[in-house]
Amino acid sequence: METKNIMIVGVGGQGTLLTSRILGGITTAAGYDVKLSEVHGMAQRGGSVVTFVRYGETVAEPIVEEGQADVLIAFERLEALRYAHFLKKDGVLIVNDQRIDPITVVTGAAKYPENIIEDLSKKYKVISVDAMTEAKKLGNSKVFNTIIIGVAAKHMDFAKEDWIKVIENTVPAKTVDINKAAFEAGYTL
Amino acid sequence: MKEKKIMLGNEAIARGAYEAGVKVSAAYPGTPSTEISENIIHYPEIYAEWSPNEKVAMEVAIGASMSGVRAMASMKHVGVNVASDPLFTVSYIGVNGGLVLVAADDPGLYSSQNEQDSRLVARTALLPVLEPSDSSEAKEFMKYAYTISEKYDTPVMLRTTTRLAHSQGVVELEDRVEVEDKPYERNPRKYVMMPGNAKLRHVFVEQRMNALSEDGCDMWVNRVEMNDTKIGVITSGIPYQYVKEALPNASVLKLGMVHPLPRKMIEEFAAKVDTLYIVEELEPLIEEQVKSWGIKAIGKEIFTVQGEYSANMLRKAILHEEIELETPAEVPARPPILCPGCPHRSVFSVLNKLKIHAAGDIGCYTLGAVAPLNVVDTTVCMGSSISTLHGMEKAKGKEYIKNWVATIGDSTFLHTGVNSLMNMVYNQGTGTVMILDNSTTGMTGHQDHAATGKTLMGETVPAINIFHLCKAMGIEHVYEVDAFNTAELEALIKREVARDEVSVIITKAPCALLKTNISKKKCYMIPENCKKCGMCLVPGCPAITKDDNGNIRIDDTMCNGCGLCMQRCKFGAIGCKEV
Repeated sequence: METKNIMIVGVGGQGTLLTSRILGGITTAAGYDVKLSEVHGMAQRGGSVVTFVRYGETVAEPIVEEGQADVLIAFERLEALRYAHFLKKDGVLIVNDQRIDPITVVTGAAKYPENIIEDLSKKYKVISVDAMTEAKKLGNSKVFNTIIIGVAAKHMDFAKEDWIKVIENTVPAKTVDINKAAFEAGYTL
Repeated sequence: MKEKKIMLGNEAIARGAYEAGVKVSAAYPGTPSTEISENIIHYPEIYAEWSPNEKVAMEVAIGASMSGVRAMASMKHVGVNVASDPLFTVSYIGVNGGLVLVAADDPGLYSSQNEQDSRLVARTALLPVLEPSDSSEAKEFMKYAYTISEKYDTPVMLRTTTRLAHSQGVVELEDRVEVEDKPYERNPRKYVMMPGNAKLRHVFVEQRMNALSEDGCDMWVNRVEMNDTKIGVITSGIPYQYVKEALPNASVLKLGMVHPLPRKMIEEFAAKVDTLYIVEELEPLIEEQVKSWGIKAIGKEIFTVQGEYSANMLRKAILHEEIELETPAEVPARPPILCPGCPHRSVFSVLNKLKIHAAGDIGCYTLGAVAPLNVVDTTVCMGSSISTLHGMEKAKGKEYIKNWVATIGDSTFLHTGVNSLMNMVYNQGTGTVMILDNSTTGMTGHQDHAATGKTLMGETVPAINIFHLCKAMGIEHVYEVDAFNTAELEALIKREVARDEVSVIITKAPCALLKTNISKKKCYMIPENCKKCGMCLVPGCPAITKDDNGNIRIDDTMCNGCGLCMQRCKFGAIGCKEV
């Protein structure tokens, strides 16, 4: 099997590391060689963050390079645009339809681009989800990232039961039920 | 079958320490090394502590080694500088129980103030360096480091980089080997480094390094992967992975020990290949030595000394492959910023209003240097804020610093700021020092320190009282103030910068992200009162923004209810309530 390349991008503090842990869990459970590369430290303070996940028979390089991603999961619109060129030509972009203004926009030094999802849809296969609204429907805005995982799961090669098993093993015991519900909500969107 | 687990490089290093029978670990948090200690506490067999700084951590590990147990210290690259005093001399002393220093470099400067190469420090300190390439090797090399340490009577540096430390890979777990404590015997010739003894130990160190270089040719951590001989590559660490990805057919000499180099092995390998490349991130440590032996090789002529490498970079530089890529979209930058509800924002917004410059320090509050706060003028290293401000005063006189303060966090103050403050008192400075006390080590993800009352292993202990510590230095004017009380803070700063004496203002409010401090409050707009003046936006809180129609909005999922925007609004257009 050819090595699969997944990227998760977002804004520091959005909880992309939990998503990468779940992806690490499911690919390892399936017996693949896996490498995952994360950003800790200063960028986690509201900066642009990116996680690379690669799995296959044997994986050497821990990062995904431009033009190589099979799936790009973006937690925020602007970050989807920033990293879209990492996608392969037939790659899938899953984007959470949320806008978080970077400080450059807040101070007026830059403008937040308009029509990001429409423009990206012309070039890539884009699946857009308003995960924050869906999460609020479940009564807990924090599980929006698990909803995104649910959406992404449909575009990856693992069984639904396996995802649920990994979620059970990864999230804090107290939040297993709400996270399972969030995954289900994303999966059936 | 052995259990397999996916682990961060740092998690695997902790596991390696556990399996190697390590009993003592000391560290100061620093990206990308912090998670080593945070994972070591999962193994109750190991005593682990946060020391106030890396020099202390190193010395704690040295003491443990002298007493006969396996010990380690871990720190980021710039921490190695702080620890270099004991490090350079313990190189002469050697070890009793095995001693390993984990030095975590940061090529690409993800979270650091420089991009230095710790391998060069080890070379100068005459220490062997092991460099793993993935999580699995991180664990195995950690164990092997103790074998080398005890066999050759040497501390060993295990060098990692951000990409290794923060990448996860599959690791096979093994059991811990309980190592018997080595007996301690009084031996001043080894343990007391005064000139007569150190002179003799220096001779020993030279012999040790020569032996390591020779034996390195047979160490399993150094290996040749013979393939097509047109291209040969000498590499190590994470760059090895890029070589394997980009040049799967090339012959590779993978060095696990990058200092001292196994000269014979390298000479033999070089003779077998047509063109030899040396691929190492940052400084040409391997390359310069190999070339000095008269071996022809290509290295930094085509590879940069800056940042991280990648497979595509090697494809272009070595294979001259044209890689067609989409042009990245032009998008606004998203640099890191202070979080919503961060007490530092409140302090900096007051300093900004008063047009006061800050000699800054290392921590989240370094972000006070960027727009819209623009308060921090200088940042060098841990603890430097107070001493650089003092230097300015001694150069230009006390009037010159009447619109300056030093800003330093609680953890950084205890790290090395306290020495600088002592100096300011002793040498009759008049600076105003602001200790931004958020009850934690923030930037690295909330580690305890001597003033939090908790240890790394979770014990509750008496907390060092920063107020009394400053008082004990003989400073008369020491004040504690709520970081969010901007009116009081403003009055206090104005009064203290004017004073011809040292004063310390401790601004108190816990980090907004501390789990024990999760706010139940949220700010909200009262639109009918809003004049759209934008005063609330000035401190640059990411939770409050202006939409395209000029309306102010507060994002209730981001807001922490600190009320700074509410304090700034003169028209009562912002409220704050428990939700």
